Amino acid sequence: MKYINHESVVKRMMSRLTINKVFKVIFFFATLFALLTLAILFYRIITQGIGYLTPEFFQNFSSRFPAKAGIKAALIGSIWLMFVVAPVSIILGVGTAIYLEEYAKKNKLSDFIRMNISNLAGVPSVVFGLLGLTIFVRALSLGNSVLAAGFTMSLLILPVIIVASQEAIRAVPNDVREASYGMGATKWQTVVKIVLPSAIPGILTGAILALSRAVGETAPLIVIGIPVIIQFLPTGLLSQFTALPMQIYDWAKRPQQDFQFVAAAGILVLMIFLLIMNSIAIFIRNKFSKRY
Amino acid sequence: MVQSLENGSNTLNGASNIVYNTKQLNLWYGNHHALKDINLQIKENEVTAIIGPSGCGKSTYIKTLNCMVELVPTVKTSGQILYRERNIFDNDYGVEELRTKVGMVFQKPNPFPKSIYDNIAYGPRIHGIKNKKILDQIVEKSLRGAAIWDEVKDRLQTNAYSLSGGQQQRICIARCLAIEPDVILMDEPTSALDPISTLKVEELIQELKADYSIIIVTHNMQQAARISDKTAFFLNGEVVEFDNTDVIFSTPEDKRTEDYISGRFG
Repeated sequence: MKYINHESVVKRMMSRLTINKVFKVIFFFATLFALLTLAILFYRIITQGIGYLTPEFFQNFSSRFPAKAGIKAALIGSIWLMFVVAPVSIILGVGTAIYLEEYAKKNKLSDFIRMNISNLAGVPSVVFGLLGLTIFVRALSLGNSVLAAGFTMSLLILPVIIVASQEAIRAVPNDVREASYGMGATKWQTVVKIVLPSAIPGILTGAILALSRAVGETAPLIVIGIPVIIQFLPTGLLSQFTALPMQIYDWAKRPQQDFQFVAAAGILVLMIFLLIMNSIAIFIRNKFSKRY
Repeated sequence: MVQSLENGSNTLNGASNIVYNTKQLNLWYGNHHALKDINLQIKENEVTAIIGPSGCGKSTYIKTLNCMVELVPTVKTSGQILYRERNIFDNDYGVEELRTKVGMVFQKPNPFPKSIYDNIAYGPRIHGIKNKKILDQIVEKSLRGAAIWDEVKDRLQTNAYSLSGGQQQRICIARCLAIEPDVILMDEPTSALDPISTLKVEELIQELKADYSIIIVTHNMQQAARISDKTAFFLNGEVVEFDNTDVIFSTPEDKRTEDYISGRFG
């Protein structure tokens, strides 16, 4: 008794192959759609903005006149913001991930905490803005300063960094940990010398992606009241400042047609900023990976 | 003889050359009773083989000897394991201290993703040796001790992963020798290796016996017969029989041992 009738298999073959082809085309167009949208977006922004991307654009503060408007305050402000967000979020995030994966006992409470950190990554950024407004701006009286905005942004991206770091740490095979413990290494020595070197490419990728999100995020900055017209550079962590997405948002909503082009130039600067950050990440990642 | 002279007065009652004295050891994984009333005395400068079918507790037992089993969160133990007459379950006996004297070689070769040199130097470095000259000497001595120096001396800075499985396992043995242990635990060290690499590791074990006490878990009964002085047969978490290897393999007392070594089960 045979269960497979080879004649009917051959008969069905044509329709199976057709379905296979149809889906290939569908998936191809899905990819094409995303790429085309991106290409159009790039094309529009570059053609609109490139004319305004002059040296003066980087040297001027924002202005009522499109021709005189510059991005200096916002660019320097975003860099200041990163100097707060990067160390705070990476130290807290990686520390939390190490604790949860290497030190914490696996029980219901730690499972509950792990699950909720993932949930936290899905909380809208406006909510983090409100949290920042309540805690950092008002309760801690930091005002709408670099520090307050930096802490708020750190909270926003912390869950992403924790989850990415946890994944990277979990990907380190257990047998090398056992080998380290087997020679009398402490947990800390094992983490520093064995786990982290292997996990660092993954951790950095996650951290840089998260930082990119922080650079481009606008909603929390609006909520904590970051101004857009600023005619000075930040002088310290408690100084007022503005950031790239705030500046772009402000220009884009102005009535004059020419400000649309200034906004496009601002978006170009933001994209170059992100590109540089990602290149740094790739550079660091390759440098660490080469050691093995 | 030198050993017994050094250890002085204990020679008469024979206690001096016992490395591990296991007394009434019981171990549970959650509700599963994995080791039942284990009593074993393991002597120094001998190869002690632990044989038995899968799931009999032999790996659990060897991992208990250096507290590696405690990495499993649900483990509970009772009884005593005296290492050099000190109970390893005592709260003031740190596992890190124990593991610097008791090295372990694992079933699957598990070198670190580092250079050969850094693999061997890892143990000495975590115990605080920074001097490059001393590290160089330790690396050479350990690699010679594991009979792999000639194969790797020209490429100490290459990644240990570039070596073959058998070489990796000998690197792991060298890494274990680098902390100058007293005892070496081996958990089926040749089960992932080809016959020629297995032979090399077995010859190595014979050489290491002079300086170290070796406890080896093995699936392979011929291996136990070839390399060990004493053999313990484990079954369902109990020690069925423990005696000189030639006795176990020629005239076992217990019917179950005879059945197992003659290949009737397991």
